[in-house]
Amino acid sequence: MVPPMLLSILIFLPLLGGVAVALLPGDGAKKQAALAITLLTFLLSLLLLVGWEEGQAGMQFVEDVAWIPDLNIRYHLGVDGISLWLVLLTTLLMPIAVAFSNRYVHRSVGAFMALMLVMEAAIIGVFLALDLVLFYVFWEFSLIPMYFLVGKWGSENRVYAALKFFLYTLAGSALMLVAILALYIQTGTFNVLELQAVDLPLGLQQWIFLAFALAFAVKVPLFPLHTWLPDAHVQAPTAGSVILAGVLLKMGTYGYLRFALPIFPQATVQYSALIGILALIGILYAALVALMQKDIKSLVAYSSVAHLGFVMLGIFALNEQGMSGAVLQMVNHGLSTGALFLLVGMLYERRHTRLLSEFGGLWKSIPVYCFFFLVVAMSSAGLPGLNGFVGEFTILLGAYASRPLFAVIGTSGIILAAWYLLTAFRKVAQGPITKPENEKLPDLSRSEVAMLAPVVILFFVIGLFPNLFLDKINPSVEALAQRPAIQMALQARDEPWLGSVSLEHIALQQESTP
Amino acid sequence: MLQLAWLLLAFPAAGALINTFLGSRFSKPTIGWIASGTVAASFVVSLGLLLGLLGLPGEERVITLPLWDWITIGDFRAPTALLIDPLSVTMALVVTGVGALIHVYAIGYMFDDERFQRFFVYLNFFVFAMLILVMSDNFLGMYVGWEGVGLASYLLIGFWFDKRDDTYGYYADAGKKAFLVNRVGDFGMALAIMILWTSLGSVTFLDVFQAAPASLSSGVATAIALLLLLAATGKSAQIPLYVWLPDAMAGPTPVSALIHAATMVTAGIYMIARTHVLWELGPSAANLAAWIGGLTALMAASIALVQVDLKKILAYSTISQLGYMVMGVGVGAYAFGIFHLITHAFFKALLFLAAGNVMHGLHGELDIRKMGGLREKMPTTYRLFLIGALALAGFPLMSGFFSKDGILLNVFGHSPLLYAIGLFTALLTAVYSFRAVFVPFWGQPRDKHLHEHAHESPPIMTRPLWVLAILAIVGGVLNLPFVLTLERWLEPAVGEPSFHPSLALEVSLLLVSAVVALAGIYLAYARYVKEIGWARRLQNALGPLQPLVEHKYYVDEFYDAAIVQPLKALARWFAEVFDPGIIDGSVHLIGRANLAAGERLRRLHNGLVPTYALSIFVGVVVLVMYLVFG
Repeated sequence: MVPPMLLSILIFLPLLGGVAVALLPGDGAKKQAALAITLLTFLLSLLLLVGWEEGQAGMQFVEDVAWIPDLNIRYHLGVDGISLWLVLLTTLLMPIAVAFSNRYVHRSVGAFMALMLVMEAAIIGVFLALDLVLFYVFWEFSLIPMYFLVGKWGSENRVYAALKFFLYTLAGSALMLVAILALYIQTGTFNVLELQAVDLPLGLQQWIFLAFALAFAVKVPLFPLHTWLPDAHVQAPTAGSVILAGVLLKMGTYGYLRFALPIFPQATVQYSALIGILALIGILYAALVALMQKDIKSLVAYSSVAHLGFVMLGIFALNEQGMSGAVLQMVNHGLSTGALFLLVGMLYERRHTRLLSEFGGLWKSIPVYCFFFLVVAMSSAGLPGLNGFVGEFTILLGAYASRPLFAVIGTSGIILAAWYLLTAFRKVAQGPITKPENEKLPDLSRSEVAMLAPVVILFFVIGLFPNLFLDKINPSVEALAQRPAIQMALQARDEPWLGSVSLEHIALQQESTP
Repeated sequence: MLQLAWLLLAFPAAGALINTFLGSRFSKPTIGWIASGTVAASFVVSLGLLLGLLGLPGEERVITLPLWDWITIGDFRAPTALLIDPLSVTMALVVTGVGALIHVYAIGYMFDDERFQRFFVYLNFFVFAMLILVMSDNFLGMYVGWEGVGLASYLLIGFWFDKRDDTYGYYADAGKKAFLVNRVGDFGMALAIMILWTSLGSVTFLDVFQAAPASLSSGVATAIALLLLLAATGKSAQIPLYVWLPDAMAGPTPVSALIHAATMVTAGIYMIARTHVLWELGPSAANLAAWIGGLTALMAASIALVQVDLKKILAYSTISQLGYMVMGVGVGAYAFGIFHLITHAFFKALLFLAAGNVMHGLHGELDIRKMGGLREKMPTTYRLFLIGALALAGFPLMSGFFSKDGILLNVFGHSPLLYAIGLFTALLTAVYSFRAVFVPFWGQPRDKHLHEHAHESPPIMTRPLWVLAILAIVGGVLNLPFVLTLERWLEPAVGEPSFHPSLALEVSLLLVSAVVALAGIYLAYARYVKEIGWARRLQNALGPLQPLVEHKYYVDEFYDAAIVQPLKALARWFAEVFDPGIIDGSVHLIGRANLAAGERLRRLHNGLVPTYALSIFVGVVVLVMYLVFG
């Protein structure tokens, strides 16, 4: 039932498809072919669920062949509970982004679609690669299509934004390359699974961890490395924003879970407080900055910084609740922010402006649009019953169990999230219609509803039945959280300035109190 | 029967879904009756649950009905399950019973509104969320309902999202304010749940209450209770988070009656009663709750005395009455807190809907200074409003008399000073209730034009009110003194009463309460009907306080100046100076430095500047790293 080499198919179908699409004659055919390829990739990726072995923590669907034998570089792919949903998120958002572009992109269609497809291949490759060189190749490769998508199809300030995005991430990943080489020199392998079993000396761990952490931090982005993001988002075409926020940012958070944490456990524990603090600053700071944005796209961009702050907080809680919540929240953020960018794009195509002050009262003229906007905003604000809540709450729960103070500060972030999201909704949908242009806008078309519907349905499915997803995430996260190296480092953790207490500590206290 | 309890939630959810997707094909009455019918069906289910529980011996009246596993990560488990016990079933009866009547009323009240369909979808959604709140068997499930009703409230306060007036500003802003202030409270509940799970390893009510006495230190229990108190002050509009409720009156009147008087705002009282075990372990938090309740009751009653907008009088009255309930549960009189919650739901829904009839008959006018003599024009509404006011004022033998007296009696056992505050508030309550009767309904019309066009409301807007009126009169039998049915009924959920007053004390306080209520009504009569000199002089003597009270003690202004504006200023500085200037500025600085280096290199190699700069950078770093670690 499940074809062999499924993972390779998921990478090479869009890659070769991208090349083929560029060669097809006629824009219409190119658009249809691109949509067909992304849809087919999505359907094939669903086979991962069909062939999934429940309850297994390790890699599944593994493919491992020699690539450059002299350097022991291998073409090594695999998927586990941490990467599974990120792959599916990518394959789901891609056809939606392509369908949107089919409506609104008219310039150099072939190149646009080819770049989208190539990017899909690269992103899936990032989530599947188990060899550091292979990973690095995909990682860098994902940069190039996005660079061109922003630089060629973006808005007025696109060249600046594209270059900033490119240089910023490249600077980060250059350090990672150095770190990968250093690791190889030390251990003689690029195999991620083997590296996870190696016990590296702490001094080396610290340096290499920091190099990896910096590369990932730029991607996430972690405060204060976030300023490329609003520029890139505001200038990117809608499909670019959807993929950038929906999936590309997760490459950073995924990187921490897949590489930084398992290979450098002691260093991770050591720096977890620092990274947690940066995440918390990001949550509060980006929320406040978002509140003041006049451009709705940059509001959503800053909201991403705040939301990814939650994901980082969860990962560096270093317990099951925090990390599983973080993985789920990556998917949640991809869905809700992807949908938000789609909605902003739909508005932009109608009014050709992104300024909040240009809108108001749209609930009267385009009620269906505003209904979707509200649901998406509520998902993003973490309303219980929808997806965002499950991720956010379990992250905060994990954070509380790890460092109570972090959870207290993080929880205040959910107040601010409601503030900027409701402010955005207030300015777009509520109040009277002040601009005559807004009175006769066409409401969402059937095809636009069809783009948003799967995402919104998933909000409810994840919100009400999160265990469908967590059941597959948990075993892998559990294995990670319970690795002796991490447990021991956590036990030895000494952070009196944070008032940190471990669970055992609390249990002891309970026993001693009458 | 008990196995079908999930139908309780399924009916209103189905109503909301049907009207969302098919409502545009239905006529307005069909939409209204589907919505009302589903809530009525839930009421029938609640009655079935009541009978089911009554058929069981007292100690077996706590039943968990698991539905599915909601969130499971490692040791953390949050189920989706219903807890069927006397407390939850009582709440469900109030929510669906009063709710169904208000739904029916709203068919008439909202009939001419262009967004009629949307209104009933929201209303059904509210009932659904409220039932999740009261029926969940665990803290996280309660939290779902807790925020769900917040969303419903947000949507309904800002229902006329494009309207503005001088009282409320933009209605949409009032809705936003309600949601955000409530989120501050929700912050408390979220943290409380985290502490509970970390300390006890469960979020299920029964597990927590069983484990808490043995394994929760009083310090931790107090911390949890204080956080829950924060949550309660948000939802139940107590000091310091009550500021959203007066503005919530921007919503349509049935919403004010259902959500902002009868049901949602009582969630805090329900929650405290539900978690009473934790409050008993952290008595200082419970004591604080009692005082917050008492002071809120006093403060809000004083504001209600001077409001001129009929709905705002009722809004502050609601805050004040919720204060009584919080005071009651704060001193451990959980059953009496719930008792007052029930009677208040009857008479306050009645008062709001009667006020809605006044508003309907006067084409939106709510300023009582423009009314007068309305009892001839609206005799039925007048009678209904009078019954509500009598119950609110605590007129002897009306429902409110018994429930308020029960709370005061228990407060007396806790602290005589707090009792004095409560008693004085009762006096103010009687005065403002009858000011709201005498000024609009008695005397001469003050605005001839308005008076001429005044008319009584159609039967669909008066008949449901008679049901409420009868309940407001006889609701006291639920817990007749010396019979104590409600107290005993709630025992499995909230425990046995802790205070056992002597018969003499009970009777004498009952008499004091009756005298105070009658005195308050007479005071209002003397001032607003007879305009007797001493009553006027009494008011003049209090004149210096009037500006302070009329401006609601400047609390809104204080929050704006102390919290909202500084946060906004900080946000603006971040967004306009710090982020582009300092953070991005440093990035640009690094970029320029690289470019300058690149300029010089370009003389040697022609090519893409950044690439070269970077490759050199990388090369150097590799070399250094190799030398260090190699």
